[in-house]
Amino acid sequence: MTPSRQTLGGLAAALVATLALAPILPKWALFLVTISLAKGLVVLGLLLLMRTGLVSFGQGLYYAIGAYAAGTAADVLKLRDALPLVLVGTAAAAGVAALLGLLLARYRTIFFAMLSLAFSMILYGLLVRTPALGSTDGFNVAARTVLGLDVAGPVGRFGAYGLTAACAFVAALGLDRFLRSRLGRLAPAVRDNELRVEYMGASVRNVVHLNLVVAAGLAGMGGALTALTVGHIDPEMAYWTTSGEFVFVAILSGTGSVAAPFAGAVLLELLRSFAYEHAPNTWQLVVGGAMLAVILFLPEGLWSLFLRRKGARA
Amino acid sequence: MSTLVAILVDGIIYASWLFIIAAGLTMIYGVMRILNMAHGSLYALGAYVAASLVGAWLRGGHPPLGSYALLVLAAVLVGVVVGPVIERGLLRFAYGRDEVVLVLVTYALFLILEDAVKLVWGVESYFVSEPYGLLGTIELGDLTYPTYSAVLVVVAVLVGIALRFGIYGTRYGKLLLAVIHDREVSATLGIDVGRMYLVTFTLGTTLAALGGALTAPTVSVVPGMGVEVIVLAFAVVVIGGLGSMPGAALGALIVGLVRSSAVHLLPQVELFSIYLAMALVLAFRPRGLFVAAEARKI
Repeated sequence: MTPSRQTLGGLAAALVATLALAPILPKWALFLVTISLAKGLVVLGLLLLMRTGLVSFGQGLYYAIGAYAAGTAADVLKLRDALPLVLVGTAAAAGVAALLGLLLARYRTIFFAMLSLAFSMILYGLLVRTPALGSTDGFNVAARTVLGLDVAGPVGRFGAYGLTAACAFVAALGLDRFLRSRLGRLAPAVRDNELRVEYMGASVRNVVHLNLVVAAGLAGMGGALTALTVGHIDPEMAYWTTSGEFVFVAILSGTGSVAAPFAGAVLLELLRSFAYEHAPNTWQLVVGGAMLAVILFLPEGLWSLFLRRKGARA
Repeated sequence: MSTLVAILVDGIIYASWLFIIAAGLTMIYGVMRILNMAHGSLYALGAYVAASLVGAWLRGGHPPLGSYALLVLAAVLVGVVVGPVIERGLLRFAYGRDEVVLVLVTYALFLILEDAVKLVWGVESYFVSEPYGLLGTIELGDLTYPTYSAVLVVVAVLVGIALRFGIYGTRYGKLLLAVIHDREVSATLGIDVGRMYLVTFTLGTTLAALGGALTAPTVSVVPGMGVEVIVLAFAVVVIGGLGSMPGAALGALIVGLVRSSAVHLLPQVELFSIYLAMALVLAFRPRGLFVAAEARKI
């Protein structure tokens, strides 16, 4: 399929550009891009859910589970390389979603949003009161090597950056393939009319459950990468405002392209660091205003501007 | 025995506070089908206005008893000024959109209001504890409670009675019930649905602000104080059933008692016990305890 090849080309070009930029970028910019891509992974999962017609106000649950699983694995299993830690985080979040999905997959609209919010707040309440996991302070996480390269070495110090970029690339590509597969195409069908999907002989519950697990895995991966990049995790990752921020980026970027969540996340982080410096008390005001504008005037997200222009040219 | 009494009394006090806030939230949802994420910000706004008014009143050397009237005035002020501005200026452009989209609109509104509060009042905290201490205390066995807490319970009961009478006992309330039942048919029968929405949102805002105003004397009023209230109020209305007023009362009682039991018996689980209760109710009765299941529409 040509569009898929186009996506592959675009994503590969983006990955090469991101990696080539690494030695030139100042340290703060490296950090900013890494965090953005990690959060973009969570939003990528939300994109899949939104295509299925679901908005989760509790993705922070899987984000935090990914981070805490990676942190705990580093402490308890003495894993010292970043890649296995990220895989542990991803698997833990996906596993929890597989279990919670048994229940969550039956819910729609605001009931889905509320139940996912309740689950994430339960985890928040647990983490805050668990001294073994550092209670409200959280704890430090560090990987000594990335793919065997020492993080203090000349190449290894770009390790977290490179690993995050590679994860984002693989995830975006994989999700793009998934969305074009038979199973992936069922997602918008479920959103549009569940009954017809059932009549066609597909199981709506299974589609939703699978998409929940995939979205959670992506959120867990993002959480683990965030933990390794920041070097610290705390219960705020599971708080509902964290989940709200992911929803914001998802709305901003729309569901049109697998690249949009990353672009949206980078845009948000740039805006944030800019706003923190110049207008710390009006930051949320700007974010809220932008969100309202997008919801009311650009229901398909910012990416639709880009698509519309492309469509007009063709 | 005294632990049991303490759990009950603390639970009822907490439930009263929750009910005042949740009643506004559930009312807005029942009539307008909007799950208002900005409700906590309106609560915070009520607290700030109350703190400012009472502060100015006391600094002016006026009799401190007047501050109770000012608490209520603050709530009404926020309700009739901010409520219509939000409803007419923003929400009416989003009517008819998906319920989830409306949640997102109010979430954006929440972000905006959080900073608007900071811009007006700054980031420092405000204290107005006079109304809290003024009334003295009540002895209940060997436990001592501030009389102010009893006032809170009375206010909550009054709010409940007023809402019950307002909805079932007046012409306006019956029109409101018609709108809740079927918006389109009500409109064809000549009911001004737009005005109903305006009144509902104003009333809901007033209730949120009242919750905040009554809380202002008991805490320090700081930025972000509404953030946790939102999810607590959600828990209450979800447990009782979205849009149900008796549900909000029962939900508030359940959350209040669950929390106070946790605080007295097992403090480690305080925070998550409330959300666990919410998740359990959602798991077994997704539409809450007081709302019948809705037939699936094709």
